Amino acid sequence: MLAYVLQRIILFAATLLIASLIVFAVMDILPGDAAQTILGPTATPEAVAALSHKLGLDQPAPIRYARWIGGALRGDLGLSYAYGSPIGPLIASSLAVSAPLALMAMAFAAAVGLAAGVYAADRRGRAGDAIVMGASQIGIATPNFWLAILLVILFAVTLRLVPAGGFPGWQEPARALGALILPAVALGAVQAAILTRVTRSALIEALNEDFMRTARAKGVSRRAALWRHALPNALTPILTIMGLQFANLIAGAIVVENVFVLPGLGRLMLQSISNRDTLVVENGVMLLAVIVIGLNFVVDLACAAIDPRLRAPAA
Amino acid sequence: MNFALRFRPRGGASLWVGAILVVALVLAAASSLVWTPYPPAAIDVAHRLAPPSAAHWFGTDNLGRDVASQILAGSRVSILVGVIAVGIGLAFGVLLGLLAAFAKGLIEDGIMKFSDFVFAFPALLTAIMLTSTLGPGVVNAIIAIGVYNVPVIAKLTRATANSVLSREYALAARAAGRGPVAIAFDHVLPNIAPALIVQATIQFAIAILAEAALSYLGLGAQPPQTSWGKMLADAQNVLYNAPRLALYPGAAIALSVLGLNLLGDGLRDALDPKLKARG
Repeated sequence: MLAYVLQRIILFAATLLIASLIVFAVMDILPGDAAQTILGPTATPEAVAALSHKLGLDQPAPIRYARWIGGALRGDLGLSYAYGSPIGPLIASSLAVSAPLALMAMAFAAAVGLAAGVYAADRRGRAGDAIVMGASQIGIATPNFWLAILLVILFAVTLRLVPAGGFPGWQEPARALGALILPAVALGAVQAAILTRVTRSALIEALNEDFMRTARAKGVSRRAALWRHALPNALTPILTIMGLQFANLIAGAIVVENVFVLPGLGRLMLQSISNRDTLVVENGVMLLAVIVIGLNFVVDLACAAIDPRLRAPAA
Repeated sequence: MNFALRFRPRGGASLWVGAILVVALVLAAASSLVWTPYPPAAIDVAHRLAPPSAAHWFGTDNLGRDVASQILAGSRVSILVGVIAVGIGLAFGVLLGLLAAFAKGLIEDGIMKFSDFVFAFPALLTAIMLTSTLGPGVVNAIIAIGVYNVPVIAKLTRATANSVLSREYALAARAAGRGPVAIAFDHVLPNIAPALIVQATIQFAIAILAEAALSYLGLGAQPPQTSWGKMLADAQNVLYNAPRLALYPGAAIALSVLGLNLLGDGLRDALDPKLKARG
């Protein structure tokens, strides 16, 4: 296991390095000079050159990359051009909305997806299975931002139970949590539908294995065999998909946060894109990359912990 | 044997429901090229937010534009984005996948590691990053979504091509002195085509969803071009006055995606009975 963990850590670090190079390269070819954008179209070329120099934009790319990574490692992400404030706290305050939102959405997706998937696999080929599978097809086809708008129409416009959007801040924890419920459902519904299908097919595969017949022959009840033997064996693909899903959740949050006017990372990124606030976008994308890659790393380790075959050296 | 049962096509209900929905989408796009009830971008403020009627089937939006005409015209953008983005994915993905399968060794490892890496990035995030660099617009949205499709197709091509290459007929062709290009065209591509077609259908659906999301955010289709995602963004501004405006474009997206996904599932069952047997 130790060798496997070490190998994963090296791979994790290498992937992060490549990711940072790609993000830097893509953002570096951004058309439009950041200094020109900040000063506006009427600025003199001398003023633009002076600001470029002050921001370090006139340095060669390798030096700018080194300064960016060096700063990030020390926790200094630089200044936002548009907000004129340090990027670190800006991103941190947006994460205070986005992270709970993503976690709530994932919890919703896992609860609904696992339950529905186990139910469908248990009743394979019967009416309940067909209904769950049909519902999951519709769930996968529904764009999360449309579902979000539909939820707003139902709960805010028609029933007037909740406000249509906005975020009161964590000073009022109950209202803040309440403001995240509809967004979390809208965000998690598609993932719940996908997870339902993955859980069902992984379970059905496990149910067909020889060890299931052995367990039943030993006198273990059907239900107990399902929970004790089939589900643990189906868990590896389920966990892998959940890791990928979290990445999709974070991306989906960009759109859903816009529907509900939540001051999260997605909204910050989108505003920074229209402000041409390159540094904020760069750091935001990099942060998302770190989260996604880090999550895959954790999922790999979790799968290896569950399934010893995965950590055996390749034959 | 029951005649009707014997001739039941293998795809089953999902193939047919999917095919009908996809044909409807294509017909809507095709007809909008020659005819829409009104010009989709024609503003008529006097009749703004009109309810559905014989004159305006789905009513009008907050600028008095005919919603039915916009829905028809929007299908064009969805299809355009889907076809080109999947085309980009197929062109580069198949090439890279075949290269990996034939070259083996370092090239295969490199291509696959790169694919895994891009694959870990959600389509929408890639698209947002690229449209933020290249600027908003349908063309850039297409490129962004197409780029995301490349590793998906590359991974599938490599995996399926490898299984074909390990078969006796591929080995025999190699032993007979045929080159990799000839083997790729005569043996590999025809055998992996069904898997590619199924995946292309699914990627088409993802492309439609991604385009709608980008246009909703204002990073995709730009005025006066209409798109389902942009219609949803417009509808959100008048949600309290005319919530129904949010129903049509969303339903159009969902039905198109549902159709493509069902068609993909149905085709998989019809083209590869082994997969169906596994449940």
